Parts: sequence; C-alpha cells; structure tokens
Amino acid sequence: MIPISWYLLLSAVLFCLGMVGFLIKRNLITVFMSIELMLNGVNLSFVTFAHMWHNVQGQIFVFFVMVVAAAEAAVGLAIIIAIFRARGTLAVDRIDLMKL
Amino acid sequence: MTTVALHHGFIILPHLWLIPLLPFAGFLINGILGARLPKWLVSTVALLAPAGSFALVAVAALGVRGGAALPYAEATGTNWIDAGMLHVDFSLVLDQLSLIMLLVITGVGFLIHVYSVGYMSHDRGYWRYFSYLNLFLFFMTVLVLAGNVLLMFVGWEGVGLASYLLIGFWYQKTVAADAGKKAFIVNRIGDFGFLIGIFLLLGQFGTLQMSEIAAKLAANPAWTGGVLTTICLCLLVGATGKSAQLPLYVWLPDAMEGPTPVSALIHAATMVTAGVYMIARTHFLFDRSPLALLVVAIVGAATALFAATIGMVQTDIKRVLAYSTVSQLGYMFLACGVAAYSAGIFHLMTHAFFKGLLFLAAGSVIHGLGGEQDMRRMGGLWKKMPVTFWTMTAAVLAIAGVFPFAGFFSKDAILMAAFTQGTAGGKVFWFVGLFTALLTSFYMFRLWYLTFLGKPRSPELHAHESPWSMLGPLVILALLSLGGGWIGAGRFSAFLAPVTGMKAVEAVSTNLEWTLSGLAVAAAVLGWLVAHMLYRRNEGREPLATAPGYTVLAHKYWVDELYDAVIVKPLLMVSRFVLEWVVEFAILGGAAWLLGGIMTFSGAILQKWQSGNLRSYAAWLAAGAAVLLLFALASWNGMLTHVGMHIGNMHIKWAGH
Repeated sequence: MIPISWYLLLSAVLFCLGMVGFLIKRNLITVFMSIELMLNGVNLSFVTFAHMWHNVQGQIFVFFVMVVAAAEAAVGLAIIIAIFRARGTLAVDRIDLMKL
Repeated sequence: MTTVALHHGFIILPHLWLIPLLPFAGFLINGILGARLPKWLVSTVALLAPAGSFALVAVAALGVRGGAALPYAEATGTNWIDAGMLHVDFSLVLDQLSLIMLLVITGVGFLIHVYSVGYMSHDRGYWRYFSYLNLFLFFMTVLVLAGNVLLMFVGWEGVGLASYLLIGFWYQKTVAADAGKKAFIVNRIGDFGFLIGIFLLLGQFGTLQMSEIAAKLAANPAWTGGVLTTICLCLLVGATGKSAQLPLYVWLPDAMEGPTPVSALIHAATMVTAGVYMIARTHFLFDRSPLALLVVAIVGAATALFAATIGMVQTDIKRVLAYSTVSQLGYMFLACGVAAYSAGIFHLMTHAFFKGLLFLAAGSVIHGLGGEQDMRRMGGLWKKMPVTFWTMTAAVLAIAGVFPFAGFFSKDAILMAAFTQGTAGGKVFWFVGLFTALLTSFYMFRLWYLTFLGKPRSPELHAHESPWSMLGPLVILALLSLGGGWIGAGRFSAFLAPVTGMKAVEAVSTNLEWTLSGLAVAAAVLGWLVAHMLYRRNEGREPLATAPGYTVLAHKYWVDELYDAVIVKPLLMVSRFVLEWVVEFAILGGAAWLLGGIMTFSGAILQKWQSGNLRSYAAWLAAGAAVLLLFALASWNGMLTHVGMHIGNMHIKWAGH
C-alpha cells in the first residue's frame, strides 16, 4: 500500500511545478497550462484527504474545480486567441497596456 | 400694584419690571409681525409701549412725591447666576436718580416716538424702525433700573446694539453701514474697560449689587485709592466709549447717518448720557479716588473744549449738533469730576430737553427741505417754518445758557461747582467751561443764522413746514427747554442727595454767585455777538475760512486720519497677515499640502507595485498566499500547543487500514 503522504507530496510537487511555471514562463499558453497543473495538484490533495477521512465532500470539491477549470479554459483560450489576433504575440511581458 | 403703607396713606408704586417690559413687547410685536400689520397698527403699538412706560414712571413719580420710601428694590423671584460666591439676580431698583433718568428716557422717548410717526412716514422700513426704537427703550430702562452692575451691563450692551441697528438703519447706504460698525467697534473698546471694572469689583467686593458695594465701602471709610482708582478708571473707559468722550468720541459724529429722531433720542438725549449716569450711580467708588475724579474732570473739560472748537466750522447741520453733544457731555463729565454729580445729572436732564429739541427741529428742517443737511444751502427758513424756527430759537438760547432758559441753570451749576471746588484745578476747569460756553453760544448762533435768517440760498428746495405730529413734540420740548431749569439746581441736588450725596459746598457769597452767573451769560452774549457780526449777512461763504487754524478745525484735528493710520491700518495689516499667511497659508495651506504630500509620496511608492506585469502580480499573489499559509500554520501550531499537543506529535494514519 502506498502511504498517504506520498500522494500529498505528489500533490505539492505538482502545485509547486505549476506555480514555478506560472512565474517564470513567458508564453501565455504555457502560463495557462501551469494554472491547470496547480489546479490538478490541489485536486489530488482533495481526493487524498477525502479518501483519508472517508468524507465525500473532498471529491465533490474536485468536481466543482474541474467544472470551473473547464469554463475557465474555454474563456481563457478565447481571450488568448483574441489577444494573439490583436497583438500578434503571446509574451506576457509585452501584454502590459493596462499599466499607467 | 405694590402698595406701600405710610402715614400719608397708601402710596402706590407700580411694578418696576413692567417699565422695560412694555417696550419689549412692542419690539416683539412690531419686530415679528410688523411687516404684515397695517401702518396705523404699527404706530399704535409703537406709541403705546413708551406711553405705557411713561405712565408707569409718572405713577412712580407721584408715589415718590407722596412719600414712598426710596430706594425701592424689586427682586424678581429667580436668580440669574448662581455660581460659587457669585450671585446675580434681576433686581430692579427705583431711587431718586433712576426716577429722574426714567422720566427723561420715557418722556423724551415718547415725544420722539410721536415725532417719528411723522418723520418716518414715507420709509419702507417703518415697522423695523419702531421695533428697534422700542428695543432701545427696553434696554435703556433696564440699564437705568438695574440694581447690580452686571444687569446694568446688559442694558449697556443692549443700547449699544440698538444704537448700531438704528445708525445703520439705512443699511443700503455704505456710509450708514460703516458708521454703525464704527460706533459698535469703538463702543466695544469702552465696554472692554467696563467689563474689566466689573471683574475687579467682583474680586474686591465679592458682589455686584450696587447697594452692597456701597455698604461695604461705607463700613470701611479709610479705604481710598489703590485698586479703587483702577476700578474707577476702568469704569471711566467704559463711560468715555458710551458717552463719546476723548479719546473714544469719534463714533458719535458719524452716528448722524442714522435717522434724525434716532440722533435726537439715542445720540443726544438718552443713550450717550449713560456714561454720566454710570459715574453718578457708582459715585461711591469715585468719591474714594481723587485721582480718578481728576481724570474724569480732565477728560470732561478737554472734550468739552475740543468738540466745541470742531463744532464751530462744521457745515452739516447734524454734525454741528453732534459735536455740540460731545461737548455738552464733556460738561457733564466735568461736573462728575468735581464730584458735583447732581449738577451733572441736572445738565443731563436739561440737555435732553434742548438737545433733543435741537435735533428734532433740525430734523424738521431736513424733512422740509427734502433731505438737505448742508447749512450753506439753507437760509431764510424762518418764514417758511415758523414753528420750527421759534422752537429752535428756544433750544439755541437754552444751550447757549441764556437766562432764563434751562441750559443757563444747569451750566451755571456745573461752572459754580467747578469754581468752588477749592483747588487750583477747579479754577482751570471753570475757565475752560466758561470759554466753552462762549464757543457753544457762537456755533449755535452760527447754525441759527445760517439756517433760518438771511435770504434763502436754495429756493428750489421748496421748504415747507412739517406736520403737527412732528411740531407737537417740538413745542412741548421747547416749553421744557424754557422752563425745565426753573426746578433750580439747589432743589434738584437736594432731591438727589440721598443717592449722590450732598456735596459739601464751601460758603459762597451771593456776590460771587452773581458774578459767576453774570460771566456765564456774558460769555453767551459775546458768542452771539461774534456770530451776529460774522453770519448776519449770511452770504453762504464761510467768513472764517481765511482765519488761522480753520483748516485744522475743518479737518477735525485729523483725529479720524490719525486713528486710521495708527490703529485701523496696522490692525488691518496684522489681521490680513494673520488671515492670509498664518491661517490661509500656514494652517489651511500647510494641512492641505501635508495631506496631499503623504498621498503623493505613498502613491509614488505603491505605484511601483502596480507594474502591469502579469508575472509580478502572480509573484505577489504567490507570496501573499505563502504568508497566509505560514500565518495559518503558525496560529494552528500555537493553538495546538495551547491544548497540549504539537504538530510533530500528530500521527497521520490511514483511517481504513
């Protein structure tokens, strides 16, 4: 049997990978994928704890997160396409028109 | 009605509080409803108030004549101020002095109210005028009846307010509004002195009730000078403000911007005499301070002479009378200064008659000429305005001190008191008074010649006689100016003796008395002769214009200019500096600058945060989440420690295995 701490460790690793990717990558799509990675890391810990406490609430949360992530992916990808059409680039450092 | 049983039978004295309250009711009715009431009703209310007060005073006078015990104090139930050792009530006191004052105030006041009905009939502010006039009577009667100094001060301030309102009655005119302000501010300087005097009185005597102060002084006959001198000088400062004496007289000539009946009532007959009344009322203090008395006499004599010289060259008929009033008030102060208080009050009374008359007659002239006040444009009016002319003549003779008119008796009493004071100073004061009498006679006859005699210089003005509502008071006051002095200074002083004390007069030979009276009349006649020679032909040119010193007098010794340069301008500069630099720039500007600076500075720093860079936002977000996580961990850890566990001891185990 694999101890529960391993699952949690994997979840943390996934989350941290996602976070690091979010912080250092310049391509908007990669950033987007990093967010997905973080979400899935969290999902894994939810499932882990749900299994640990025999509590179904954690799994329900996971479904909610997946639904929201799907919606977010749809909207986010649409925005990304719009930005690419308008600016011809997806480098986040150059998408800074909102700055004064 | 309070009944006082005496061996004569029942002597009736009215409730004293009704005397001020009637005019106050008139003020309230006309002040609140006047704009909506018909004119005849406004007049009725306005006239009934002083008439009722006068009737009450007359009843009181009859009661006193019948032998009612004076002073008659009327406490009014409640206390006004109860704080520690300070007890002030609303007690009103009737004695010989306040009775005389009340008779003058309500009597002359009523006549002037009647006169005003005619004089102000065309004015849009008719109701406002009468409500102010009634308000003045209310405060003036409070001032006179007050049994303690603080209540007197209330009346004192109140008449100042009424004076301000009435001087600036035609507030649309800038000069009138400015004159009102000037009167108010100059009076405020005097009132400041009065107030300090009140504080000192309270500190020294622990009470403000005048009878108690007098009793404490009487119990301590050796107490003279020192702090009493200070108190007296402070009171004198107040008196010089209200009674327009040097150096605070400057407001009174400007006060002539008000309606002429107001000048007659407030700025000639009654309010400006409040200073004289106050000194006579507190004479028990002044009697203990020879220095203060000397200062009073010097102020009075100097003012009398000073104002008379200015009055000699004025061309505005009301200004001549204004300076004349200042000068005559100087006489009254002179009388008080030589401790002849009853002579001062006697002159106050006769002055109220003839000066009130002079102003009313001048008002009649102004009214008849459609507002013209410049004497150079008058002349020859005696045919057109016979009643005004003859009544004015009586007043001129009275103020000049011609026997047997009222002014002769009172002025003679003052000069006599000064001469017989027994000091070298007294002789000087007597001489100044005599010389001023000469000047008085001169400028009054100058006014008389310029206004009424000769040829009309402005026939286009169509002079006409005034209505009888105005002439009636003139005639009554003319009779009083003619006969008012026959009471006699001796009898008058004897009547006032219980209040003001009988001055110990050194034995004076009848010869001296006759000589002094003769000299006074001679001065009056001499003044008339000079005026006759200079102004008889009455060509409208000023024959004195080439005389040495004329420029100085015509510019009133440049006192207004001097005050302007020495006091007003520096004060304005300091005020401007304080307003513009201290308040506006330093305080308001500084506060705004500081607040704005904090915001700009913090904005400049926080602005860096708002980089617009997505990854920096993400980094801050992650950092924030990390901090929250750490915080949550730390507090959870602490909580566990608190309940005796530790996170390290927690065993995570598979629940189901």
